[in-house]
Amino acid sequence: MDRPPAGARTMSSTETKGWDRQQMADRLAREFQDGWIVNLGVGIPTLCSNTDIGDRDILYHAENGVIGYGPVLPAGQEDLHLVNAGGQNVSLNPGAAIVHHADSFGIIRSGRIDVTVMGAYEVSAGGDFANWKVGSAKGGGIGGAMDLAACARRVFIILEHNTRKGEPRLLRHCTLPVTARGVVTLVATNLGLFAPNGDGFAVRELAPGISFEEARAKTGAPLTEEGRA
Amino acid sequence: MARNKILDSFAAAIADIPDGATVAFGGFAGPGTPYNLTKALLEQGAKRLTCIANTTGGAHQPRMPDIGMLVENGQVAKVVCSFTAATRPTDVLPFTPYYERGEVEAELVPQGTLAERLRAAGAGIPAFYTPTAVGTELAEGRETRVINGREYLLEYALPCDYAFIRAWRADAAGNLQFRLAQRNFCPLMAMAAKTVVVEVEEDILPAGAIDPDQVHVSGIFVQRLVKIPPAPEGLWTVRRQERAR
Repeated sequence: MDRPPAGARTMSSTETKGWDRQQMADRLAREFQDGWIVNLGVGIPTLCSNTDIGDRDILYHAENGVIGYGPVLPAGQEDLHLVNAGGQNVSLNPGAAIVHHADSFGIIRSGRIDVTVMGAYEVSAGGDFANWKVGSAKGGGIGGAMDLAACARRVFIILEHNTRKGEPRLLRHCTLPVTARGVVTLVATNLGLFAPNGDGFAVRELAPGISFEEARAKTGAPLTEEGRA
Repeated sequence: MARNKILDSFAAAIADIPDGATVAFGGFAGPGTPYNLTKALLEQGAKRLTCIANTTGGAHQPRMPDIGMLVENGQVAKVVCSFTAATRPTDVLPFTPYYERGEVEAELVPQGTLAERLRAAGAGIPAFYTPTAVGTELAEGRETRVINGREYLLEYALPCDYAFIRAWRADAAGNLQFRLAQRNFCPLMAMAAKTVVVEVEEDILPAGAIDPDQVHVSGIFVQRLVKIPPAPEGLWTVRRQERAR
């Protein structure tokens, strides 16, 4: 069998099934509009700054006050004084700036972030999401998620469609304590791109090798084909 | 006569910290984190501390001196943090079992609220309203107010007795300059604390050697400076090891 060319990400459905972490980030990054200020959270969202955004002018904001950063740098090329929200050593793009935490969250609370991209444990049909506390834990990990969820103009979520036990993470209602309610408008998973619509989720796009039936079976809320690309 | 702010050792810089003190620790994921001062506090042994920081630490390798170690050492009564658990549920922070057993108190604060509570303390503002955390478990039973049609949560300033921070450069007057992502919480903690202790990466410069336009924290806020010695005596930021997924 012929191997796909190096770097190729479009392969036939028999060879690939679903999106990997970088592909989920790449797909969501295609939704970023020219001129947007984009906050990227810990985990898969940080991979968005590795995506080729062409000639769009996108400014990436990290909660620790790093504004205008680019791809994660490989070992040996990194500057240990420079990290993104996930603690990864990143590069800076022309026009970058550094501010302290109060200014960084001033940018967030004053509504200057066009979209925040976050990981989550669960997303609901109503656009609620949960990403700071698991049911059994006494503590939680909020970080900047609540500030961002309450104040960014849009909230996009990237997460694996199912838990390791195979349980759905896209649900009618969140079972875990929520981070914010009614704010999520777009969700990228390993199975595709989905939009909460109140009753369930609309399929915007399915990843290679994923059928509507499979996505429906793995989702904990009604799935509709409306708006399917 | 000039006030001398430069000390020879981390031990001397923190010797007077009493039991029951409130100590803020700067840093975010490495940059700005005062590893040397934290190590000195582990050796100094003050107890019943309240520790304020973004996180209690210990989620990554290699492990560096952190609040989690102070907890393990029996020195901490309470932490105020934006993470009392790791973002990944499968990661267990060293702090967590102590918290689960009720041996340490914790106040979980959204990161922007933590920053602003420190800023308010340093700015002479006792409290403020923020939209963050409205409608969540963190706001249950707390005072809110509707202003211009939106609901806001009342938050109080967070003053500290001591702040430990790390800076790139300092001059003898206590003026500080950070490099890149080192800044994070450090200027806010410097303003919020009565006594600010700084571990400095570069040689401490004579007063006037830092361009006044390039000063990030005025020496007004800074009492004590210690130059970090070369490794292995001094602790320097190291690259995080990638974890297997």
